[in-house]
Amino acid sequence: MSVSAEHYFVLSAILFVIGAYGVIARRNLIVVLMSLELMLNSANLAFVAFSRVHNDMTGQVFMIMSITVAAAEVAVGLALVVAVYAHRDTLDVDVLKILKG
Amino acid sequence: MILWIILIPLIGAALNGLVFASGFWKKYLRGDERTEKKIVSIVGCGVVLVSALISSALFFKLLSMEPPRREIIQNLFEWIPSGSFTVSFELLFDTLSCVMALVVTWVGFLIHVYSVGYMHHDKAYSKYFTYLNLFIFFMLILVLGNSFPLMFVGWEGVGLASYLLIGFWYENPGNADAGRKAFIVNRIGDFGFILGIFLIFFVFGSVNYQEVFGRASDPAFMGAVPAAVITVIALLLFIGAVGKSAQIPLYVWLPDAMAGPTPVSALIHAATMVTAGAYMIARCNVIYSQSPTAQMVVVTVAALTSFLAATIAITQNDIKKVLAYSTISQLGYMFMAIGVGAYTAGLFHLVTHAFFKALLFLGSGSVIHALSGEQDIRHMGGLRKFIPTTAITFLIGTLAIAGVPFFSGFFSKDGILGAVYDRGYPIHWLIGIVTVVLTALYMGRLYLLTFEGKSRVADKIRSHIHESPLTMTIPLMILAFLSIAGGYIGVPEFIGELAGIHDSNLFDRFVSSSITMDNFISAGHHLLSHTTLLILSITAAALGVAAACYFFYFRPSLPGKIASDKTIEPLYESSLRKWYVDELYDYVFVEPFRYLSEQAAKFDLRFIDGAVNGVAAVLKDMALTLQDAQSGALRNYATLMAIGAFAILVFIIIWQSL
Amino acid sequence: METVVFYIFAALAVAGALLVITHKNPVSSALSLVLTLFSTAVLFVLLLAHFVAAIQILVYAGAIMVLFLFTVMFLNLRPEALRFDARNMAFKVSVFLVVLLFTGYFAWMGFNKAFPGGGALSPSPEGFGTVEGVGRVLFTDYLLPFELTSVLILAAIIGVVAIAKRRES
Repeated sequence: MSVSAEHYFVLSAILFVIGAYGVIARRNLIVVLMSLELMLNSANLAFVAFSRVHNDMTGQVFMIMSITVAAAEVAVGLALVVAVYAHRDTLDVDVLKILKG
Repeated sequence: MILWIILIPLIGAALNGLVFASGFWKKYLRGDERTEKKIVSIVGCGVVLVSALISSALFFKLLSMEPPRREIIQNLFEWIPSGSFTVSFELLFDTLSCVMALVVTWVGFLIHVYSVGYMHHDKAYSKYFTYLNLFIFFMLILVLGNSFPLMFVGWEGVGLASYLLIGFWYENPGNADAGRKAFIVNRIGDFGFILGIFLIFFVFGSVNYQEVFGRASDPAFMGAVPAAVITVIALLLFIGAVGKSAQIPLYVWLPDAMAGPTPVSALIHAATMVTAGAYMIARCNVIYSQSPTAQMVVVTVAALTSFLAATIAITQNDIKKVLAYSTISQLGYMFMAIGVGAYTAGLFHLVTHAFFKALLFLGSGSVIHALSGEQDIRHMGGLRKFIPTTAITFLIGTLAIAGVPFFSGFFSKDGILGAVYDRGYPIHWLIGIVTVVLTALYMGRLYLLTFEGKSRVADKIRSHIHESPLTMTIPLMILAFLSIAGGYIGVPEFIGELAGIHDSNLFDRFVSSSITMDNFISAGHHLLSHTTLLILSITAAALGVAAACYFFYFRPSLPGKIASDKTIEPLYESSLRKWYVDELYDYVFVEPFRYLSEQAAKFDLRFIDGAVNGVAAVLKDMALTLQDAQSGALRNYATLMAIGAFAILVFIIIWQSL
Repeated sequence: METVVFYIFAALAVAGALLVITHKNPVSSALSLVLTLFSTAVLFVLLLAHFVAAIQILVYAGAIMVLFLFTVMFLNLRPEALRFDARNMAFKVSVFLVVLLFTGYFAWMGFNKAFPGGGALSPSPEGFGTVEGVGRVLFTDYLLPFELTSVLILAAIIGVVAIAKRRES
């Protein structure tokens, strides 16, 4: 079976779900962030696949933007993780309930 | 013009009620109590007097009109316009309603005046007069209405006033209970009455008196109506009368109603309200005269009631209870006459009864007042020396009710008994005669034990015995006069013949112009002539009076010995306990109903309250579950977001693929 | 040939993803993520997005993952004690698989709806996906977003410094 665009989208969907599961199921904050990256990555894959289908460069350009944003987000996120760890000495998502209410 | 008769007491009630009884006078106008009592008295009595005067004026107007169309009709406005069913607020002043109105207003006026003295020390004085005026208002609507719905308005209204006045001293729960009992038992009768009105509308297509009775008198119209239907209408209406006028089986409320102030007992439960049933049947004479079955039922029930009540009255020890059972018995007489078709005779007894029964009740009130509240005749005796005016007027009333010749009761009762015999009901006549004996006996007993003989009054009361003030004794004297003189306007024909006077019954001639159908068929041969009947009834009365004197004056210890005799004792006990009728009703009706009510309440509590509380509990559970959505736990937030996004995705895709 | 490559690297990507979410040790998770990113880059090449693939490896796998590893080792995290709840496990796994299947199916259906004619890839124009091609579009049509990303990065830098610096207490 030759590879058509659908395969890429299915793959993207699978990766996305796995990433979402990771966000929900893991207790370590850093692993949560990593799963988040996974989700972003799957979205990028979809972008590029669409770009190829339409033969339009926009998709790839947007993917570059996406990477940039992901980088910035990871940076800030990890800074927060460090700050939180310094404060509470734990990275357990179930324990960090400051947002309650 | 007729309207004013009704309206003025209403204005009186409104004034007394809104300004004085409500407390407005005391609180906002800073009025003092003495002025309040004065104004309330004047307004309260005054409005009834004005009504009485207007009624009298209209009476003279009627006299000036040509018989047989002696009536005035005043149409005010259309009350219920509902397609083919229209009821107008229309008032009728014919000879029948004239007589009723005169009795209600004049006797009512006397009782109002009496109340000024009797209720003087009561703190709810204004409320009393408000209710009393309200009663007069409704009673007048009842007798002056020109259609069944309007009569029913008055009917219910007097029931309401009766309830309010019986339970006037409501702080005592027994009084409130009595008021409730009266209202509820009445209501049972009203049920029959309403059904009767429905049937009348169904058959005659109208509820207006002229139209209904017009069609009912038309042989062509009535040919198409089955006889059974007329009988059913008559019986349904009679059920209403049974409730309001305390016949078997709905009389049980009347003795309990004695819990109210004595003037109330006099006005409502002797002279006026309880006679509404008799008025109603007289008004529907066209219907009753066409249903011999219904007539038989009425006479029989009436005769039995009359006898039964008399058998209870001879053992009662409360002065008002004796009079209450006496009222029931006399009402039986009225219905006997009406049942055989002698409507005017029954109405005449209504009038004379109003006079002497009101007199007796007011007299008893005077006795109670003199004895500072004592009502048990076993603790009375020898009062004639202390309260002579009351004693003499009471004696006159007693003689009148016993049927002693030349007093009013004699003429009215003999009119009834003669009619009952003439129209072919000899057995009922016999019951009536026996009741005459009993009546004389128990009334004589009442008088003798109260006023004559050795004094059995408690010592500390004896020192305070005093005659009642003028506002109480003057009405007594006026009523005593009427109890004698009032009889002479309605001397039955056969008695008048004996004295050589023709057409002696003025009352009958006046009222009969409103009685359109009175199927008097003389029932063949009679065993007894009129003269014989007369002698028999006089003998019966004399027998009763003599027995009373013997047992209660000459040999006062004898009744006690007889009552404790082993064979007599159960009879005595049963009579004293009113033949256990109340207990029977309690067992058959009240207890099952109470059980049903309790079951219904339990059902309501479990299921309906349970359902409502259940809903609340479910909502609470839901709320607790949803609380997790704001727990502050990241994982939960993320989960919910994922689920939400997924659901939307699914939804969109399904939507798109359709 | 293309098909084989696709399937191999797709499988690797999925495997890596699964390893990310199952490993107890965050370092292992990070390394698995690197595997996934590499595989995805290969897939990008298959899609004729050469420049993007290179950027992915350089920035994503190279910079971002390194940052992750820095942080993990800096914080000296112990492996997380995963609650191995046997009772819930089956439930979680089955839910997970169901969701997975559904999403995949929906993606397939969605694509078929959007492109009824099948997703056969048409030959791409000259210069598609090359550095030159990206640059041409990036610096003409999408100049503004490009400049704005630099602002974004600046904001991120300032934020990070502000958050993570030690307070003088």
